[in-house]
Parts: sequence; structure tokens; C-alpha cells
Amino acid sequence: MIAEIGLAALWLAAALAVLQMISGAAALRAGDGSTHPLAIYARPAAIVQAVLAVLAFLMLLRAFAITDLSIKLVATNSHSMKPMIYKLTGTWGNHEGSMLLWVGVLALAGGLLAGLEKRLPERTMGATLAVQGFIALGFYAFLLFSSNPFERLPVPAAAGIGLNPLLQDIGLAIHPPTLYAGYVGLSVAFSLAMGALLTREVNPNFARAMRPWVLGAWVLLTLGITAGSYWAYYELGWGGWWFWDPVENASLMPWLAATALMHSVSVLAARDALRTWTIMLGVLAFSMSMLGTFLVRSGVLTSVHAFAVDPERGAFILALLLIYIGGAFTILALQASAVSEGKRFAAVSREGALVFNNVMLSAILAIVLLGTLYPLLAEAFDARVSVGPPYFNPASAIFAIPMFLVMAVGPLLRWKEDKPARVQFEMLLIAALLIATLAIVALAGDYPLLPVLGLGLAAALGVAAFLPLRGRKLSRVPTAVWGMVLAHFGVAVSLLGMASEGAFTEERLAAVAPGDTVEMGDWLITLDSVAPVAGPNWTAIEARVAARLGEGEAVTLTPQARNFWSPAQATSESALLTRWNGQLYAVIGAQTPDGRWQLRVWWKPFVTFIWYGGLLIALGGVLAIVGRVQVDVKRRKAAELGEERRADLAALTPEPAE
Amino acid sequence: MSTAETRSGLRLWLWVPLALFAFFAGLAGYMLTQEKPEFVKSTMVGKPLPEFTLEPAFDGLPGASSSDFEGGKPRLLNIWASWCLPCIAEAPQLEALKEQGVEIIGIAIRDRPEDVARFLERHGNPYTRIGADAISAVQLELGSSGVPETFVIGADGTIRYQHIGDIRPEHIALLKAELEKAQ
Repeated sequence: MIAEIGLAALWLAAALAVLQMISGAAALRAGDGSTHPLAIYARPAAIVQAVLAVLAFLMLLRAFAITDLSIKLVATNSHSMKPMIYKLTGTWGNHEGSMLLWVGVLALAGGLLAGLEKRLPERTMGATLAVQGFIALGFYAFLLFSSNPFERLPVPAAAGIGLNPLLQDIGLAIHPPTLYAGYVGLSVAFSLAMGALLTREVNPNFARAMRPWVLGAWVLLTLGITAGSYWAYYELGWGGWWFWDPVENASLMPWLAATALMHSVSVLAARDALRTWTIMLGVLAFSMSMLGTFLVRSGVLTSVHAFAVDPERGAFILALLLIYIGGAFTILALQASAVSEGKRFAAVSREGALVFNNVMLSAILAIVLLGTLYPLLAEAFDARVSVGPPYFNPASAIFAIPMFLVMAVGPLLRWKEDKPARVQFEMLLIAALLIATLAIVALAGDYPLLPVLGLGLAAALGVAAFLPLRGRKLSRVPTAVWGMVLAHFGVAVSLLGMASEGAFTEERLAAVAPGDTVEMGDWLITLDSVAPVAGPNWTAIEARVAARLGEGEAVTLTPQARNFWSPAQATSESALLTRWNGQLYAVIGAQTPDGRWQLRVWWKPFVTFIWYGGLLIALGGVLAIVGRVQVDVKRRKAAELGEERRADLAALTPEPAE
Repeated sequence: MSTAETRSGLRLWLWVPLALFAFFAGLAGYMLTQEKPEFVKSTMVGKPLPEFTLEPAFDGLPGASSSDFEGGKPRLLNIWASWCLPCIAEAPQLEALKEQGVEIIGIAIRDRPEDVARFLERHGNPYTRIGADAISAVQLELGSSGVPETFVIGADGTIRYQHIGDIRPEHIALLKAELEKAQ
């Protein structure tokens, strides 16, 4: 029954998406003031559709929880011997399940939009919901026709095949759903942008309506990327935290576009400038989400994240991309000329700085996109290339460095027009910090260029992030400004972690017998013993490694080389020792023919700051949402109050007060 | 605030994203129709077998070295492991090849003697020799990227053919033909 309820819910949701589309289009066609009889159905259709799509997902979750082996997806991806938590996370640890999650979040976002957004003109809202319904429809079709998660087996399987052991990790429980919520949350920004474009209602009011959605999706994306990076760091056992893998890039590109969009939508809300640009970024951000989904799901690119590869599905998603992205860009090109430019501003101004950084972010996005797609291009000419850090790091740094510098100064500038002389002191302070840090690090040793620059920028940015608070009464600083300060400080913290990891990491690979000690920097690492251990669905060789810092207490780490039996696969479980100033990272490798063990250890100073920074950035985003919504609610209350007062006044005037 | 000149002027840059996307879609569409080699072919095919000497993988059979492939006839070099599931699936086919007089020399990847012995006991032993390759050193030299893989080594000691993945019943004839050619 579970599968049938889920499937029925999906079909019904798809039907409602059609209704939502027609009803939204009817609202768009009706002139201002008049209403079309069909127009009233768009909002309820979106809300009920969200309930149905979530229901479908819950049904699949239930099938995984009870390991219903008559469902093909469960049989091929789960196993009754798995711990409960990994049975549940297994729901989205596969193609069909994760696409259902994708669609569920899409419908949920559409439902929330329909239920909560009351400020926009009805025509714009109708167009927006029509677009949202249109997108949802395509993905329902994709699920139902080419990736049905509820397909039954003719004969129930005796036992499940199991979940990829790399995915049997708590990181999987949180990382993909968060990332998906962010990816798909951007669909709302896309729909709103299309809605505003179709009705030519690109104005500050529209920007204020769009902003919380962009911020929300951006926060989730930030969290998802942060969690994903940490997951790759400790689960893959390679000691790296970012590999420029196509799948990682697929999550980074929407984030870059969303970051640019978030800033440009603020300019539109505050100053009524950057109209076309904001619309374009709104389209671009979700296009990047869909592009990422295509790259990951179609298998046109090879990646360490080996997902189900199926050219037919790839062709299906490509067709969806053609319709949505191609359609959106065509409408943009045709319609945007009708949207007037908006207000002008001087080069040296808050808007100027924001535009500069928007361009820098877009440039980085273009570089990541090019690097990700280049192997595809090369392969079309029968050359196999893989593009890695030697391209991505310097190429993105060219644009990231000026961006960080402008980011340090930008928030200090006034809107519309400013004079650099006004912020002379702050600029000198930032420059002094930058140069002093660079000088200290350069004198301390011979480190690679980019990490050194990163350290300097981190120091300058860390202080500069708080400068907008200078001379203000802290209790009266708006919540949204605190959000900005925190997020910008988070960027500095994260940058410090990345640069420090790049510059100061120490690594040691040694073949050791139990009892042997190796030295690494200030650390003494002793292999105490190696013993087999067993878990619920794996066995492992576990090493007990004692790590001592100088004369200090020894701390035991237990890295494992795990062998899962359902399915059979070997993984390496790294062991981490976290100190405030860094992490010790140990991995046990294979046994050498003479009976010694390969032990790999790293000391990564301040590496944890990468992820602390990510959390701070997300927290800043949350504060910004809270701040914006507060102001909005206040503004609406004030307006209502004003109207009430006027009404009261009007009621009272004819008769003199007593 | 509207600016008449920008409004009337064709905003060409607005077509740039569409053009870029069209290019990408064309490229991706083309690539989707292309057959994708699922596995990495070894560049060693056609070259002489690299020199190696491996310890016995368990007590029952001698170890393997490149010199075992010298002399007279073509042989199969089977890369496998007791922990690999497809290796169980291909065991009957290896057995069949052995019964047809093919000499199969195995290399066990990252394995333990007791596991090797148990595997052979359970699934049959088609090998004349099995070398232990604990760190995949020989496997990598052969240009093999996974288990199981099977190489046809010619009578002259060159690598003639690489079979990636498990040997299914329909592959036996193919391997026999390659062995014939490698005389």
C-alpha cells in the first residue's frame, strides 16, 4: 500500500501543478483590477500540491524504515541489517529517492510561497505561481516517467543490496537534504524573477518580497556546502576539504550566483537600481541548480561521487533544462529591454562596490563553470582531461582577491555617492593590517603565495567586517546589519582556515610496526596496536594511535580501514583529534609485505575555522532574514495602524468629539 | 528615470547567457549520445608484461612472477580478490576455461591467506599459481583499475588482451579466440 499511496500522491501533485499553471496564467492574462474566474485556484493548488509531494516522500521514507523489499528502490539500496538511521538516510542516498526529495522540496517551496507571500500584485503572483507550477510539472514528469521511486519488484527480494558504505555516515543524514533545500529554494527566486519580468513589475517592492527567499535558500546552501565539505574531509580520508570535483562545483555555482543575487536584490530593494541584473541573477541561480542536477545525474562528467549513470535520464533532464533555462533566458532577452534601467549611482558608492563584487562573483562562477565543463568539451574532441586545483585555485583567486578587498571597504561607503577620503582612516587600517600580516608570514618562512595572501586578507577582512559598527550605538544597530557583519566576519574566519591549512599543514606517511613512533612537527605519534573490530554491517582493522604534543598527555586516536559486506566495499575511517588551533588527522592504510602498517598523519592548523566560518556566514544570513522580516512586519503593522487611524478619524470627524 | 537610449538600443548582452546556454546544451546533447567507455582501458595492451615477482597468496599454491608466463603457450592472468563479489560470479567461467586446458595464473589483490584459501575452497580453484599483491603494485603496473580483470598474455610474453569486469558465460568464446590469436 505504501508504494501505491506514494505514487498516487505524486500523480495528483502533478495534476495540481497543471491546475496551478493554468490558474496562474489566467491571473496573468486578466488585466489589473479585473480577476479571471480561474485565477483563484493557483494558491490552493500550490499548497495542496506541497502536502501531496511531502506525503509521497514520507511514504518512501516509511518504505525504507521498514525495509519493504518488494519495492525495487529499497531492495537495491537498503538492507535489513543496517542501523535505522542509515535506513532512513538511504531514502535519499540514491537517484530516485533524491529526485523525490528534490521535487518534494520544490513543491514545499511553492506551497510556502503561495501561502506566505501576500505583498505582490496579483498578476505578478499569478505569473510567479504559473512558472513554479511549470517547473514542478517537468520534474514530476521526470520522476513518474523515468525515475519512479515506487516501482515494485515482480517478486520481492530476499535481502537488500545495501547502501554505498561511503554514504553510511551521519554526514549524509544532513548534507544532501540541506543542500537540496537550498538548490530548490532558489526556484522561488527564479519564479519570482520570471513573474516580475513577465509583468514588468521589477521594483523595490518586488525585491523586498524576493529577498527572504533568496536569503533562506542561500543560508541552506551555505550550510549544505559547509557540511558537505566536512563530510568529504573526514569520510574520504584524503585529508582535503575541497576537491573541485564536478559535484562539489555543482553546489558551489548556485551558491556563487545566489550570493551575487542576494547582494543585488538588496541594492534593488534599497535604491531601485540593478533591475535587469537582479532578474538575470535570479534566473541564473536556479539555472545553476538545475545544471548541477543535470551534471550529477546524467553522468556526462565523471566524478568521485559515482551516482547512477543513465543517458536516458540525462536526456530527460537536458530537455527540462532546454525548456526552463533556455525559455527563461529567451524571455529575459526579449522582455528585459522593456524594464527600465533603474536609478543611477556613482562608481564610488555602496552600489558601486556591490556591483564590482557582483561582477567578481560572476567571474568566479564563470571560471568554475568553465573548469567543470571543460572536460566535457575536451572529451567531445576525444581528449580526456581532468581540471583540478592548479586551474581552479589561481584562476578564481584572480577575482577573489580584489573581491575581498572591495568587500572590506564596500559596507563603509554611502549609498549613491561617496568620497574615498571619508573612509580614509578605515582604508589605511585595512591596508596596514594586510601588509603587516603579509610581512610577518613572509618573514616566518617560505610558504606558497595564495595561502599567504589568504592569511593577509583574512586578517584585514576580520577587522574590516566590524568597521561598519564603528561610531554606532550598538543597541540600535539593525538586526540585518549584524547579519552582514557576522557573515562577512565568517568569510574572514573561513578564509583564515583555508589559508592556514594551505600554508602550515604538516604531513607524514610512514610504514610503522606497533610500538614505533614517528615525529611530525611538535607531535610524537606512536602506533600502539592494530586489532580487528566489528560493527553492525562491517568489519575493520582498527589502529590505536597515541598522539603526544611535546611533553603533554597522550591522546588515543583510532583510525580504521573498514570492510563493509553489504555491498562489499572498503572505506577508510579517518580519526580526528580536534584542538582549538587545529586538527590532527590520522588514516590507517594497508599492511606492507613485511607486516608494518601504512600510517598517514596530518597536522592541520586552524583547519576547523573553514567550517566555523561557514556556520558564521549562515548565521549571518539567518540574522539578516530575521531583521528583514521584523522590519517588514513593523512596516506593515504601521501601515495598517495608519489606515485604522485614518478610518477612525474619518468616522469621528463628522461628529464633534465630546 | 527610464533611459530612452538604453531602451531603444538592442541590449545585445542579454542574449549572451542564452547563447552560452545553447552552446552548452548542444555539447551536452552530443556527449549524451556518445558511447561512454565505462572502464579505463589499459595502455599496456600490446606491450611486454612488466617484470614482477609475488609471494604466494596462501600456502596451497606457489607465488607468481612474470617469468611464469614465459615459454610455449598463451596464458590468462586473472586479477581478483576474495573480498570481491563479481569474482565469485566469474569463478564458474574460470573453472570452465581451466577444464578447456587454459592455464590461469592469479594475482590476489589486498588479500589475506586464510581468506584466499576459504574462497578457493568454496568457489573452486582454477589457478596454477597465485601471487599476493598487497598494495596493488603489480595491478597498477598492468594498468588495471579494478577487480576482477583478466589479461591474455601471449606466448611471447606480451599483453594481448584485457577483459574488464567479471567473465560471463558469453565471454568464454571471446577469451578462447584471443588465446588462439596469442599463440
